[in-house]
Amino acid sequence: MNATDTRAWALLAQVPDPEIPVLSVVDLGIVRAVEDSADQRRVKVTLTPTYSGCPATEVIARDVRTALESSYDEVEIVTQLSPAWTTDWMNDAAREKLSGFGIAPPAGRTTLPLLDVGTPQACPHCGSAGVEEIAGFGSTPCKALWRCRSCREPFDYFKRH
Amino acid sequence: MASPTSNAAGPYAAIDLWRIADGCLVLSHRLSEWMSRAPTMEEDIALGNIALDLLGQSRGLLQVLGDEDRLAYFREPQEFRNPLICELPRGDFGFTMLRQLFVDCWLVDLWPDVAADDTVPAEVRGVAEKAVKENAYHLRHSSSWVVRLGDGTEESRRRMQEALDALWPYRGEVASDRWYARIEPVLTEATLPMPPRDAWTQRSSADGWHTEHLGYLLAEMQSLARAHPGASW
Repeated sequence: MNATDTRAWALLAQVPDPEIPVLSVVDLGIVRAVEDSADQRRVKVTLTPTYSGCPATEVIARDVRTALESSYDEVEIVTQLSPAWTTDWMNDAAREKLSGFGIAPPAGRTTLPLLDVGTPQACPHCGSAGVEEIAGFGSTPCKALWRCRSCREPFDYFKRH
Repeated sequence: MASPTSNAAGPYAAIDLWRIADGCLVLSHRLSEWMSRAPTMEEDIALGNIALDLLGQSRGLLQVLGDEDRLAYFREPQEFRNPLICELPRGDFGFTMLRQLFVDCWLVDLWPDVAADDTVPAEVRGVAEKAVKENAYHLRHSSSWVVRLGDGTEESRRRMQEALDALWPYRGEVASDRWYARIEPVLTEATLPMPPRDAWTQRSSADGWHTEHLGYLLAEMQSLARAHPGASW
């Protein structure tokens, strides 16, 4: 990151994920690179989708373009698939924001062969560690549905992936 | 326009990308038929998510092979290279889950091969890297249902046995030594004896032969794009 990139990063930090608006695209870790031209009028952003079929991917690209066009004459968006996105790229602030939003953040770091997506460390509502899985798939590709055995509230778990 | 035959002696003939792309696309469409009809809300969501993953994986490959919309919506059945097992009607929930297991056990070893293959384009390896994780999770899901239903009630076991008998002749295009090694322990745990490996099997999709079911599936999938060519949201 250089001094001029900072403007683009600041704009990107204001672009929410359409499904989980408490997180920005920067928090999610899907912005892989930002390069702006010497005259600061053109910018190129490299994005890595979270899931192959995530319907939010195209909305995110459009939102990123709209946000940057307010400040740049030319915006180029590049999709980079490799290396594949992982929840390890979510920053700590993102994990805290998720928890505050009622979504249990991914527990720990990914390990191969990735059949194990981890288990929530605590219920995001009451903090109890007594939780159980209801379903392996949830409201978006990145989440699973869990339930707290103490407060009985269901909640989303952001799968470690 | 690119077509399946143009890849026959292509630069990455070792891995048939058409077969994977079409298999994922057709199976994704089959799974989407469950939307609002699955036995529980959680399964409705699960099948929808899996269908989306498969659709995304297929799109990633079709974008490399040519114009994705043209390839998905304007090819005829005989131009598709999906394994026949992907196009069979969805059947009951048990049949759907066992078919997922058959296909998951194929893809779970195939995607790592693609990800590690230096002869395929970098974009394809990128698709595969992501798919490795997604498919491993799908396999977890299909395995658990096959075990639960096979080793379940008398009725669920009967249906799983029927599904196994119906699907076994369609394993030929996805099976290999490692496939049998994957599926046998799951079937055993599900109390479903694995049928003989040398039993007869279909293998004709590589020549463009399909079951009658693909035509109906494509008619539905392609009708909007063909009625309104070039339409967009």
